[in-house]
Amino acid sequence: MTRSERREAVAGWLLVLPAAALLAAFTHYPTVATLWRSLHGQALHGKPPSFVALANYRAMVKDPVFWQALRNNAVYSAAVIPLSMALSIVMALAVDAATGARIRGRTFLRVAYFTPTILPMIAIANIWLYFFTPGYGLIDRLLAPFGFGNWNWLGAASTALPAMIVVAVWREAAFYMIFYLAALQTIPPTLREAATLEGASRFTFFRRVIWPLLTPTTLFVFVNVVIDSFRLIDQIVVMTHGGPDNGTTILLYYIYEVGFQYWDSGYAAALTAVLLAGLAVVALAQFLLLGRRVHYG
Amino acid sequence: MSERPVHGAAVRLHHVTRRWGTSVALDRVTIDVAAGSFTVLLGPSGCGKSTCLRLIAGLDEPNDGRVEIDGRDVTPVPPAARGVAMVFQSYALFPHLNVGENILFGLRARNVGKAERTRRLRDAAEMLGIGHLLDRRPAQLSGGQQQRVALGRAVVAQTPVCLMDEPLSNLDAQLRAEMRREVLALQRRLGITMIYVTHDQTEAMSMADQVVLLRDGRVEQDAPPDRIYAHPETTFAASFIGTPPMNLLPLERTAHGLTIAGTTTPLMTGRPDHRGPLLAGIRPETLRLAAAGIEARVTHSEFLGADTIVACAVGAGAARLLARLPGRARLQPGDRVAFALDAPPHIFDATTSRRIVHAAETPTRTATPVST
Ligand SMILES: Nc1ncnc2c1ncn2[C@@H]1O[C@H](COP(=O)(O)OP(=O)(O)O)[C@@H](O)[C@H]1O
Ligand SMILES: [Mg+2]
Repeated sequence: MTRSERREAVAGWLLVLPAAALLAAFTHYPTVATLWRSLHGQALHGKPPSFVALANYRAMVKDPVFWQALRNNAVYSAAVIPLSMALSIVMALAVDAATGARIRGRTFLRVAYFTPTILPMIAIANIWLYFFTPGYGLIDRLLAPFGFGNWNWLGAASTALPAMIVVAVWREAAFYMIFYLAALQTIPPTLREAATLEGASRFTFFRRVIWPLLTPTTLFVFVNVVIDSFRLIDQIVVMTHGGPDNGTTILLYYIYEVGFQYWDSGYAAALTAVLLAGLAVVALAQFLLLGRRVHYG
Repeated sequence: MSERPVHGAAVRLHHVTRRWGTSVALDRVTIDVAAGSFTVLLGPSGCGKSTCLRLIAGLDEPNDGRVEIDGRDVTPVPPAARGVAMVFQSYALFPHLNVGENILFGLRARNVGKAERTRRLRDAAEMLGIGHLLDRRPAQLSGGQQQRVALGRAVVAQTPVCLMDEPLSNLDAQLRAEMRREVLALQRRLGITMIYVTHDQTEAMSMADQVVLLRDGRVEQDAPPDRIYAHPETTFAASFIGTPPMNLLPLERTAHGLTIAGTTTPLMTGRPDHRGPLLAGIRPETLRLAAAGIEARVTHSEFLGADTIVACAVGAGAARLLARLPGRARLQPGDRVAFALDAPPHIFDATTSRRIVHAAETPTRTATPVST
């Protein structure tokens, strides 16, 4: 190493230091602390929690609510991930086509699609609570002519989770549409014209040009939608409190309940550890499997 | 391809108008392109060249008029069914596909069989010298190579008509000259109809069978290169073709004939039977230094190697006159010189900017005898 190289190396480390320190203080340390905490019992009457080794994990295996939360989360993720991604692409294509056609009010169209992202969760909850209201809510009124019309969407075990999925898809698709739209607008219009002249149908053009060119965006959106699907909580807190009968309790909501309503922070830490481990596996798999098939412009 | 030449198809724009709001990009344009010809649409930026091409390709629709290919009205026909290929100025290569896939994109979309695809790709690659590049992505190619790939994509389609929109404008001068020859050779070899857009008159002159000069959405002149050079119909055509451009100088009627305003030497004896102000069009290359003739004062001189461009001031208004003299003309600013003309000047009506056909050009008309 020459002197200037050494100086550069030192400078490099110094530049990385603030970010690394913050990351360590607010991400790595809490993670380790959580793992450590999950090996302890409940803190009662001001006494420090006792070391219980894997007792929390053994209890978890026998906890039916945990398994239900896991199942609910699996159903929720399996529905929300593909649906919101598909919808965000479709909406982005629609807005992009509208932009290309120079139709009047395309700004309005974009804003309309993006609205769910700007609205605070409480407002969203209010809108959807109204939609779902039995009897006079929007959905029941739309269904009334078909002989339905007095259904407690959020109160019935069979429809509460699907209702949560619908709201989540609506929010997610609106947000990720913006990323797809941005990506679509970097694709030169001459590519479409060239393909049209070559006799490619709209579908062929989508499949052979648009979709491959969107791959980096799709990977990014996929990773984020997956993470989002395990991080959902506000909507549940505001709209169903995990009910009816734990029907909409998904993993993070259960952790919140255990940690902040039953105050069993040891068990909550153990649940968190499981969630983190799951997310880590998912993230790793995504980058290993998808990383190679991405076309970066 | 080399074995089975494609035959070109005639293309015709008939009274085509294209408007955007109140701005008119093409105003009742009629162009006839002969089958198998190399036709260049020439004109300054914004004159409507690209719009013409896009209307022929079907990427855009005329507000009025019709487009015919091979005698058939294709105005309502979708682009893919018109039998045209197009090379875009930006090349429009698919960035995620390699060269081979780019070239074969259209054949796959049209379900051409594998054996046929392979054969056409091989022929095109050989013809364009890109056989060694087939596995590369466009980003890994130089501008000239990308240009060849775009040409390849147009060639394998084997369409009777090929459209090119300023295809060489992104290349450096040397490569441009080389590609000019190649594109022309390719068109000759395939026998297709080429409609080629450029704003570069050198390109037009060197490649075209027919030049269609456009200005502000109208056809200014439609003629072969030699005709448009020798007989520009308007002052615009006169000054757009040729380097340096033709000198346009106001004329005065005197007792001896027509002179450049403020000079005494007549450019031509007799007078055209035409009233109103006139302009003389003098090609810089027809001027030659002489003992007596058009008197001028040198203002600037530029040595280009084979010849020298001399800028002078002539006549009353000190109008600018450019002369192209062979070799190194040793002239200094301020020198007094006189020019003789090797060819009769072109005469234009200064009001309408249109050419005036005078007797020297039309031997059948003898009403005004003129000797030059
Ligand atoms: N999509 C469009 N919308 C509005 N005006 C256009 C559009 N395309 C072309 N024009 C206008 O039409 C005229 C001709 O354009 P174009 O054919 O691209 O010129 P050229 O290719 O000769 O430079 C220009 O004035 C241009 O501004
Ligand atoms: Mg153009």
